[in-house]
Amino acid sequence: MIRVVLPAHLRTLARVDGEVALDVEGQTTQRSLLDALEARYPVLRGTIRDHVTQKRRPFVRFFVCEQDLSHEPPDAPLPDAVATGAEPFLVVGAMAGG
Amino acid sequence: MSEVRVLVGTRKGAFVLTSDAKRRRWDVDGPHFAGWEIYHLKGSPADPNRLYASQNTSWFGQLIQRSSDGGKTWEPVGNKFVYDGVPGTHQWYDGTPHPWEFARVWHLEPSLTDPDTVYAGVEDAALFRSTDGGQTWQELAGLRGHGSGPSWQPGAGGMCLHTILLDPSDPRRNFIAISSAGAFRSDDAGKTWRPINRGLVSEGIPDPAAEVGHCVHRIAMHRSRPSVLFMQKHWDVMRSNDAGESWQEVSGNLPSDFGFPIDVHAHEPDTIYVVPIKNDSEHYPPEGKLRVYRSRTGGHEWEALTKGLPQRDCYVNVLRDAMAVDSLDPCGVYFGTTGGQVYASANAGDRWAPIVRDLPAVLSVEVQTLP
Repeated sequence: MIRVVLPAHLRTLARVDGEVALDVEGQTTQRSLLDALEARYPVLRGTIRDHVTQKRRPFVRFFVCEQDLSHEPPDAPLPDAVATGAEPFLVVGAMAGG
Repeated sequence: MSEVRVLVGTRKGAFVLTSDAKRRRWDVDGPHFAGWEIYHLKGSPADPNRLYASQNTSWFGQLIQRSSDGGKTWEPVGNKFVYDGVPGTHQWYDGTPHPWEFARVWHLEPSLTDPDTVYAGVEDAALFRSTDGGQTWQELAGLRGHGSGPSWQPGAGGMCLHTILLDPSDPRRNFIAISSAGAFRSDDAGKTWRPINRGLVSEGIPDPAAEVGHCVHRIAMHRSRPSVLFMQKHWDVMRSNDAGESWQEVSGNLPSDFGFPIDVHAHEPDTIYVVPIKNDSEHYPPEGKLRVYRSRTGGHEWEALTKGLPQRDCYVNVLRDAMAVDSLDPCGVYFGTTGGQVYASANAGDRWAPIVRDLPAVLSVEVQTLP
């Protein structure tokens, strides 16, 4: 089971409290994880990555095991700690603006 | 007894203000979508309980929310705005080509007859339409395809399509305005468009006959006389008597003809309202006095409406979508400020009072008159 932590605005939008638990088929990558997240919560489509290009939105970052993986290729495998559920995948809104 | 519902979009959420027809005591409901920018929300004329709202942040992008109970509850609908075909380029601020990129929905205009049909004016400028209650959106690409698109250039607030007027007498005729391309009209239900900017004069445009490039801030019409249009341009208040074929300046005795909103009295087609702003680099009222100006002659002759409005030390702005009227008698007039006040007048502007004073900066105000 994959654990995902969403920023507050997206938790409100998806109507979830706390972490989200997901089943991800096949290898766990940013793409497969986000595909599973958006399939479970369609309202999140377009809020984390662009509808068409599927690129991460500029003010959204991905953190795992205290590392910023935002610039990793979307099909690169995520660390085993994420795949096993030992560590969550963090979707973070950049701290900017007011 | 009639009821008035004022829909307020702010930098940090949406608010729904309601009153009976006396318009003295108000209930304030909100914030909805707390923390998100709500550029605009508006109700369907065909079903007043059907509302649409544009919800956006730079972080998480665009959402469209829909209510079927007058704003008590909301559900997110479609947020996929994809330009038709290869979007191409427009001009960037420095004159270089810049790819068309969707940023946000500035304005939502529900159909006059069908609650499930709604138009969206977006940045970078384009017009979208949904016919399924906002679930899916299709671009009316004839506007960007008009041919002048590559020469359009953003205004300071972005290259936004901010005004959509639907002609109540002719369902094929629509008007839109873009900062800073200008005003356009379609006579075939949005398939094709042409610029309607003849008579506009804008400093900084080398060609005085240029058909696009004018920074139109807002246009308005009275539903009983849709061929007469009123415009607040970057500078100049303008009027057209021929559906935009030609424009004449009607700024008259205004203390400044710079401003953003313009609106028309619900029952008097020649009574119009503007809020003069000092100039394009100082976006606040002249002399620190918040004054709505009313013309009862369709322009040229203006009177200051000041009772109940701050007449000293006031440095707020009133944005282009932040003024509206109700259809009661006497007509109610409403506007919101960047300082978070929403002012209402239950007597056509003669006297004003704040409904609320301390909201986030107000981006839009719409009014529904309910039976």
